Amino acid sequence: MTEFAARDAARAGVAASAPTPARPSRSWTEIGSEIGDRVYSWSIVGFASLVPILLLTIFVAVGVAAWPALRTFGFSFVTSSDWDPVAQHFGAAPAIYGTLVSSILALIIATPLALGVAVFLSEFAPPWLRQPVAFTVDLLAAVPSVIYGVWGMYVLVPVLRTHVMPFLRDTLHLGVLPLFSGVAYGPSMFAAGLILAIMCLPYISAVTREVLAAVPRSQREAALALGATRWEVIRDAVIPYARSGIIGGIMLGLGRALGETMAVTMLIGNRHEIAASLFAPGYTMASLIANEFSEATGDLHLSALMAVGFVLLLVTFLVNAAARWLVWQTARER
Amino acid sequence: MTTATKDWSGAPSGRQRAVAERTVRSIRRRRIRSGIMVGLMYAAAALAILPLILIIIHLLRLGGSAVNWAFFTQMPRPPGEHGGGMANAIVGTLILLGISSAVGLPVGIGAGLYLAEKRVTPLATTVRFLADVLNGLPSIVMGIFAWELLVKPVNHFSALAGGAALGAMMIPMVTRTTEEMVRLVPISLREAALALGYSRWRTSLSIVLRTALGGIVTGALVAMARIAGETAPLLFTALGNSFWSTSLKAPIAALPLQIFTYAITPYDDWVAQAWAGALVLVAIVFVISLAARIVTRRRFSAGD
Repeated sequence: MTEFAARDAARAGVAASAPTPARPSRSWTEIGSEIGDRVYSWSIVGFASLVPILLLTIFVAVGVAAWPALRTFGFSFVTSSDWDPVAQHFGAAPAIYGTLVSSILALIIATPLALGVAVFLSEFAPPWLRQPVAFTVDLLAAVPSVIYGVWGMYVLVPVLRTHVMPFLRDTLHLGVLPLFSGVAYGPSMFAAGLILAIMCLPYISAVTREVLAAVPRSQREAALALGATRWEVIRDAVIPYARSGIIGGIMLGLGRALGETMAVTMLIGNRHEIAASLFAPGYTMASLIANEFSEATGDLHLSALMAVGFVLLLVTFLVNAAARWLVWQTARER
Repeated sequence: MTTATKDWSGAPSGRQRAVAERTVRSIRRRRIRSGIMVGLMYAAAALAILPLILIIIHLLRLGGSAVNWAFFTQMPRPPGEHGGGMANAIVGTLILLGISSAVGLPVGIGAGLYLAEKRVTPLATTVRFLADVLNGLPSIVMGIFAWELLVKPVNHFSALAGGAALGAMMIPMVTRTTEEMVRLVPISLREAALALGYSRWRTSLSIVLRTALGGIVTGALVAMARIAGETAPLLFTALGNSFWSTSLKAPIAALPLQIFTYAITPYDDWVAQAWAGALVLVAIVFVISLAARIVTRRRFSAGD
């Protein structure tokens, strides 16, 4: 890094020393290029500053839109589960609960798979298989959310309702647990969690691959030289080295899952209720906003939806910031 | 020394044999365990690509039949009437992409240039971090942001607001890819230009940026492909439109929005159209991703 700084300084020196006292009368081209330099460096500073300004504006805009509801309901907005547009009372607890449960479910399913894929690609895959598999997993991230929604609605949900849910509940006798009991609705927390797992898998695996690539080769070679098997190299030498980056990757996946809108809206069933069973419909913050926005009755209802958006923004901002920080700790800039 | 030699060459004692056996057993156990775990990794990879394959199969089977010339050239028909197309939504998506690129590309490329040139200034570190964070924020929040600033004050939905929301999403993506691409340009090229008496801004724009242009264009295309499929921010901004409209101040149709609206209706004709739209959208996104992949790999094949 100091090397770069030194190089920058050296380069700055080239520009600054162009009009040296040795040549007192500067030509128009020199003056022109100096003005150009100044305009250029100020404009890229300006463009770069737009990024923090944009983030700040987002916070302010969403905060302003949310303010009437937040002022009216205060802290009870996030603890109350009473969402009643007629009585003009709004509490977002079911949506917050649904967001957390569906995202955690997604992570439970996606994390082992994503880590498996990442380790497979960075350590075990034969070269001819590496590129195609990596590209296919990357494509999972490129599929638009609404496509997952359509596919989930017409393909995944019917299969879940007629086969997977009865199988889990009756054949495996998981029905004794409240989580897997009750009527198997098609659109449910379970369906949403499953589609979210598919959607956040590529993000977790991409970041994990990145941090695994940052693990020095000597780390693996040392373990191999000590007689470790291929799995032991991964478990004892590679994963511990990359741990915080992998956790960052999982949190990044969590951030995606928390804010995912369209697919979840189409699959979760959209019901204001905290149900114990994963087979029951629910709501998430994002799906609540998407679903009720067009039929919001009155300013307070609208503002309540924006307040849900504000909570979502706050949570995803914190999760993403923490995740990025962890990833940067591991895969530091070369 | 001599005793050791005698010990090793002679018949192993019972204790030595026991130790050797235990070692062999433990090695075998560890090898089996390793084999199982490696097998599980293969299984994970297979399981991870399964959904994509299933989605593609279903899209082709259910959407393939409705994708024809009419789909691209005709307007939507009311439910009950077979056929029709999504011409307005396709044009709407192109217009939205145009607006968002006009917002996102200059800012993103400018910020990316700054990050690549000033790697370690406090502003650069902050911008890099915030761009990554911004990239992870839910798209629906971008919709609320654009709604509050561009829809609420004027009291009507517009293509402009939709484009602004998408453009805001594009900025961090383009910023980071531009930075990466500019960084790949060898520093010697920049130094050579400076040594020839080029001013700094001309070096940056006509030497460095031009060398990195292929990569930046690819990155921009990938960002546009991702933006093209976004639905959530358009719900409160572009809104959708079942008629032909190219006005920037009026609500405008968009392909992903139309897919969503049609998919949740009970009409078979519309659901079929939604599948067709889904197939077209995925095809566009995949073709761009594939092209970008091929171009970047050819150009920077040293990487990966």
